[in-house]
Amino acid sequence: MEAASLSDVDLQEQTLEVDRTDRRVELLLGALASSVLLLIAGMIVFVFLKALPSFTHNGIGWFLSGGSIDEQLTDIFNSPAEPADYVYHLRAFPLLYATALITGVAVFISVIFSVLAGIFIVEFAPNRLRRVIEPVVKLLAAVPSVIYGLIGILVVVPFVAEHFISEGRKESVAYVVQLDGTSVMVGIFILTIMICPIMIAIIVDALRAVPNKWVEGAAALGVNRWRAMRTVSLRAIRPAIVAALVLATARALGEAIMLSMVAGSVGFSPNPMDGLTFFFEPARPLASTIVDNAEGLSVVPFGQTMYAFAAILLISSFFLSFTGWVARRSFSKYTLGAR
Amino acid sequence: MSVDVRTAAPGPRPGPKREPRPAPSGAHTSGAPAHDTGWSIGDRVGLIAAWICGISLCVIAASIVVFMALKGIQFLHLDMLTKSPEASVDQSTSGGFLDPLIGTLMLTVIGISIAIPVGVGIAVWLTEYGRPSALARFVESGVEIVAGTPSIVLAIFGLLVFQQSFMGVFSFTAEGGAVFGRSFIVAGTMMALIALPLVIGSTREALNTIPRHVREASYALGKDKASTIRRVLLPSARSGIATGATLGMGRICGDTAIVVILLGASMQITPEGGFLGLFRGTGSTLTSYVYNNSPSGEGNAPDKAYAAAFVLLMIVIVLNFIVGLIGKRNKPQWN
Repeated sequence: MEAASLSDVDLQEQTLEVDRTDRRVELLLGALASSVLLLIAGMIVFVFLKALPSFTHNGIGWFLSGGSIDEQLTDIFNSPAEPADYVYHLRAFPLLYATALITGVAVFISVIFSVLAGIFIVEFAPNRLRRVIEPVVKLLAAVPSVIYGLIGILVVVPFVAEHFISEGRKESVAYVVQLDGTSVMVGIFILTIMICPIMIAIIVDALRAVPNKWVEGAAALGVNRWRAMRTVSLRAIRPAIVAALVLATARALGEAIMLSMVAGSVGFSPNPMDGLTFFFEPARPLASTIVDNAEGLSVVPFGQTMYAFAAILLISSFFLSFTGWVARRSFSKYTLGAR
Repeated sequence: MSVDVRTAAPGPRPGPKREPRPAPSGAHTSGAPAHDTGWSIGDRVGLIAAWICGISLCVIAASIVVFMALKGIQFLHLDMLTKSPEASVDQSTSGGFLDPLIGTLMLTVIGISIAIPVGVGIAVWLTEYGRPSALARFVESGVEIVAGTPSIVLAIFGLLVFQQSFMGVFSFTAEGGAVFGRSFIVAGTMMALIALPLVIGSTREALNTIPRHVREASYALGKDKASTIRRVLLPSARSGIATGATLGMGRICGDTAIVVILLGASMQITPEGGFLGLFRGTGSTLTSYVYNNSPSGEGNAPDKAYAAAFVLLMIVIVLNFIVGLIGKRNKPQWN
């Protein structure tokens, strides 16, 4: 290269200057983005450090059942002020069980319902109905959970108490728990209604995105519309279904307010041996337990116990995100990408 | 049976049609008469199940909307919107919900005004820079994890952070030096984390739809990456950012757990003294008002709860409507 003329030097300096601002912006934004990771790391460290005493005092017993969880929580709440005398004894199985039961059943029902409803909306619904139902589904997905809880406790719970809970049923379990209509069943019912719109919205969008060619190909082979839906479209949107599943499960897992309103807020393990009464027994998942006891967070051992519940929720949601990621990676071919 | 093939999809999709006939506005009507031999028992059951689910979805959706509308019209009075809540056993003297309404608005504004700059920044870094790519992948999954974290966990994590003594400026400090850790600014910060994934998601989507040649045209004019982002990309992504922000506002309005734990649960807005005392003070929102006045809270005033829930629902509907409006407005066309 020849000796640089004056203008070339100018240009180089200008480019350098430009590069420097660019570099600064990149670093700044990169730092901002990395702060998300910092936040997550902070969340894990803080919550687990705070929760540690509850886990170490109980060991593996923390996850087992034994005694009444509500009495144990009261004892922890009333523990003496001396740090050496703090009470930590806890057998949290009823809460874990309630969380798994309510979330699991509600999500299971919702997946089936949402896939069928999604197919209905995209493929079979009359045009006029579709134009109404789609915005309504989007709206229902955005309705605050406290409103569902309000409807649940003012409408569904009294209805269940009146029509399904007879005196005989009440007496049959009166020695362990009182039945007043707030129950696992109402919790599952309202939760299902709450998470279905979220899943349907995602599934409908995904079904829309299936290339016409694929379904036309199936139709050309003489397959009917239902079969084409089931064998082509549904397979193509598997990643979206997984995404919807993960999102809905996360919502269900973390649902605190609504379930504390309608599911009874009693630390009780509904017993499947009770037959139909099982569905009318109350329960309280982890998230609701934290909200219900928000005032007690300043009592040190009690607060630590609550953070232990939060730690379990945190781990579960991490696990959920990871499972969703793995599942979506595993069907990479012939499927549509899902965000 | 005669049902419509979807029309929203680009281009018609032929179903297993027997007698094609012209349909209005591009809609394809396909006849699947009873003598159609392609439908096995399983197919019929599936089809019927889909119809049942679809119809029951419509019924449930309609009954929720109609029920809330009826209750709202029945119990909502205008003076509820202008009166502060009072502690009273009697529903007729317990006042309105002006303070919770203001609380909801304040919290939404605080939350979204933190979430937008941070979210847009992260989205820009992810789409435009994203180096090193391992870090970008981690950040991407990190955002997903934040989106999946229950708000109750975010709430008590926030309490833990903001109760540290150096965070005392953000909330009320008791005489013993214990930091209360509950205030509008604290709750708003945690609310921002709820809205953040939505803002990031729709901003990224908007940035990804901008074709490469637009960026190259800007570089060709001598602009560097930073000013291309600021002058070309962000203005084009405006509607995406707005969509994300509106969705985020909807989520913030509707969250209860963070409010119950981080807003101090005072019925009226109680400002602290000093600079920006209002934001360091405590209060309530419509969601916590509904929760407290439902039979499971201490207020037990179902009429008030219905009225407040109706107002909350209206806010959510309006936000939803805005999202639809933004989506419909003509976006920049790239060709």
